[in-house]
Amino acid sequence: MSSLLTQEVPISWYLLLSAVLFSLGVAGFLIKRNLITVFMSIELMLNAVNLSFVTFAHQWHAVKGQIFVFFVMVVAAAEAAVGLAIIIAVFRARATLAVDRIDLMKL
Amino acid sequence: MILPLNLWLIPLLPFAGFLINGILGRRLPKWLVTTVALVAPLAAFAVVLYAAAGVYLFTHIQCVPSVPLPCSIFKPYVEAFGQWLNIDMLHIDFSFVLDELSLVMLLVVTGVGFLIHVYSVGYMSHEEGYARYFSYLNLFLFFMTVLVLAGNALVMFVGWEGVGLASYLLIGFWFQKTSAADAGKKAFIVNRIGDFGFLIGMFLLLANFGTLTFTEIATKLGQDPGWNGGVVTVIALCLLLGAAGKSAQLPLYVWLPDAMEGPTPVSALIHAATMVTAGVYMIARTHVLFDHSPFALSVVAIVGAATAIFAATIGLVQNDIKRVLAYSTISQLGYMFLGCGVAAYSAAIFHLVTHAFFKALLFLAAGSVIHAIGGEQDLRKMGGLWKKMPVTFAVTTVGVLAIAGFPPFAGFFSKDAILYAAYLQGAQGKALWFVGVVTALLTSFYMFRLWYLAFLGKPRGETAPHHSTPWSMLAPLVILALLSICGGWIGIERTAGSTGLSRLSSLVNWISMERFGGFLAPAVGAGAAEGGSAQLELILSAAAVGIALVGWLLAHLFYRQKSTLPARTAAALPGGYKLLANKYYVDEFYGAAVVKPLLAISTYLLGWVVDKALLGGAAWLLGGIAKFAGALLQRWQSGNIRSYAAWLAAGAAAVLLFVVVPWPAVLASLEAIHFGVAGH
Amino acid sequence: MHLILFVVFAGLCLAGAINLLLQSHPINSALSLIVVMTSLAVLYLLLGAEFLAAAQVIVYAGAIMVLFIFVVMLLNAGREERTLGSRTARSVGFPAVVAILAVIATVILKAHGLGVATLGEGLTNAQDNTNIEEVSRVLFRELLLPFEVTSVLILIAILGAVALASHSDGPQGNGERTGGE
Repeated sequence: MSSLLTQEVPISWYLLLSAVLFSLGVAGFLIKRNLITVFMSIELMLNAVNLSFVTFAHQWHAVKGQIFVFFVMVVAAAEAAVGLAIIIAVFRARATLAVDRIDLMKL
Repeated sequence: MILPLNLWLIPLLPFAGFLINGILGRRLPKWLVTTVALVAPLAAFAVVLYAAAGVYLFTHIQCVPSVPLPCSIFKPYVEAFGQWLNIDMLHIDFSFVLDELSLVMLLVVTGVGFLIHVYSVGYMSHEEGYARYFSYLNLFLFFMTVLVLAGNALVMFVGWEGVGLASYLLIGFWFQKTSAADAGKKAFIVNRIGDFGFLIGMFLLLANFGTLTFTEIATKLGQDPGWNGGVVTVIALCLLLGAAGKSAQLPLYVWLPDAMEGPTPVSALIHAATMVTAGVYMIARTHVLFDHSPFALSVVAIVGAATAIFAATIGLVQNDIKRVLAYSTISQLGYMFLGCGVAAYSAAIFHLVTHAFFKALLFLAAGSVIHAIGGEQDLRKMGGLWKKMPVTFAVTTVGVLAIAGFPPFAGFFSKDAILYAAYLQGAQGKALWFVGVVTALLTSFYMFRLWYLAFLGKPRGETAPHHSTPWSMLAPLVILALLSICGGWIGIERTAGSTGLSRLSSLVNWISMERFGGFLAPAVGAGAAEGGSAQLELILSAAAVGIALVGWLLAHLFYRQKSTLPARTAAALPGGYKLLANKYYVDEFYGAAVVKPLLAISTYLLGWVVDKALLGGAAWLLGGIAKFAGALLQRWQSGNIRSYAAWLAAGAAAVLLFVVVPWPAVLASLEAIHFGVAGH
Repeated sequence: MHLILFVVFAGLCLAGAINLLLQSHPINSALSLIVVMTSLAVLYLLLGAEFLAAAQVIVYAGAIMVLFIFVVMLLNAGREERTLGSRTARSVGFPAVVAILAVIATVILKAHGLGVATLGEGLTNAQDNTNIEEVSRVLFRELLLPFEVTSVLILIAILGAVALASHSDGPQGNGERTGGE
């Protein structure tokens, strides 16, 4: 039991968690039918990547990794704002949030 | 000490006339167009005269009398303008050659050409396409002079094709008339068949002799005694095909009667005097080839004689005045070919010259008649014109006498020379002579028939002359009539003096056939006449004159005295009459045998199979492939975001796989497994 | 400690992520995502990135997800419809996802140089022990320009959002923009 308390976590576990979260994000992008939920899957993917950055920053004692995450967060915020505005505009135009119905780009 | 003769001016001046009248003609005043159109051939004629003078200065010096061959120190004057083709063994220059033969032709072409230009001023004065007409006429002169002056076969071919083009343009001058346009096309297409022969001949010449220059070919033929028959025969026959097309011999004569759709001066210049004689000229030019192939020579003679009598029979029953003259032209061209075929090239050229005079005269006179009576061309509707058109009547009489072969007119001497040379050629020659004599009978008959129907008797139909003939049309007629009278005197034989004509012959001693024949000999070779004598010649000439008289009497009988005789004869031989009147149905035969199958092949084979099925199918297939590929790819563009995302993910996975997996190691291990498994 | 904490919060992450996929109402998915983000914040803490943990909670969970929920409520998004599917997404997408996961996992597991995460270890051994000091030392010296540029980026994003989401000339008549500067 004491070994369980003092045992350290291998870096690879963090990375695996990040990979799994990323795949779940991609799967969500593919599965979900609501536009907003799809967008949320994208945010999930970004978070997964942030986790891997922080992990590597911890491993190699590089603060730049954390700073990169900081910037990623900033960009994600901006992107969320603009993206949601677009979703609102699309909703106003098409009156639906179903991804499959928004197919004006169809040839 | 050879003066620069500036031969290049001779074609260039008409060409300049063509350009000026062709491009600016419509905007220029009529007098200017006329001036340009007349100055060009006149200036060209002047240059030719200058060249003739230069030549005469050199041939005046005779050679040593002991040498039997005619000789002169006049070497062919060659003007080269630089290289045209220089590929491997093919060296062809733009070169003009002036020797005796081309000089004689040039004098005829430019001289008679100028006279016809003058005539056209009056004949075409009311035409809307006045400037166009003269530009085409000058274009023709340009190409004809190039043809005559050519030093090698390729330059001659340029002129050859060019005169064909000019002929097409001029036959179809009144192109709004369908018949004229069709006639122009027919002339060009039939000529093309002949040109094919010419081309093949040129290819064979190149392949065997390596050169197309006439003098070089002559030299090569003279060097090697092995050139006899074989290839030379084939080449000669190919060239004969070309000449037959251009000079309207069997079987390619069908275009010439239709070519009468063109204006009458055109018929006179192109289809009587100059263009149709290009074939004869070509044979004379390449005579060395024919000399080395007796078979080809006899073919030429037979073709000529057959054409002569064939055309003469058709001319017996034609009712259009120009058609009669057209068939007469074909017949006389047959005489020239006969002359060439018995190797009497000088005689053939002599007949060419005299024929140019009297045939042009006859055509222009016919034009004068047509012009005066307001466009009527049917002989049955003419008559009694001798009072109203005395000058035309007089010159026509001269022309008819000349073509029938009465002395002392021009035709007698030249026709006589040909028939005499034919007679001397052995058994075949005598047969040809007989055919020629029969043709002379027929010629005399139908020419006098024309004379009687058009001018004498009572006027039939409303043919009172409306217009009087202007001097611009009469003057050339008179000049040509004078030439038809005296033109033959340059060919009178120097008689041996045993007959009463010796006095006369000594009078005209200073000009003799030997002189003309001798003049031409360096260019065309001495004649192959053997075993003749002056007496034989006189007998034969007398026979010919007698035959001509018989023809005249028959015509008198038929058309002057008993005017029902023609109708009764036609009724007695209805089949024969119909055959002749329909020109032996040759046109219909060609139409069915050649034209229809070609059209059928075009429509069905080329039109349906190749065009619609093959090409159309190929195009449809290409389009179909594009459309199909497009349709296939279009399904990708579904507009569905999720499928786009799926493909994105797939792409990313592929890239990842490609980058991460160490492919060489993987492939190596796969091979190892494969081999390991196989090994066991 | 580290291990237990990791297992707990990693489990929460995964549960939240899977729940995001399984829920049909977007609000539920949004709340699951908030769970994921806060768990991630704890993981950042475990990895010694305190500043980022705070930022994660404040920015991501506090601002972005709130924005999401606002939009969901604004648009009155209901449950997802069972509409036309996309065969391509299923047939092409899933193998792709599986492949991506497999490749990355293989790479991670085969990597040699990875060690263990030590709790409480700082990034550097310098005087400034706190994480935020380390971060700001680099951020405001070397990377000052990118930092300023991001502020411009945010400004652009704000403008874009306002322009996109404002009412155009609608049936109300006057095209007065709602939502000021």
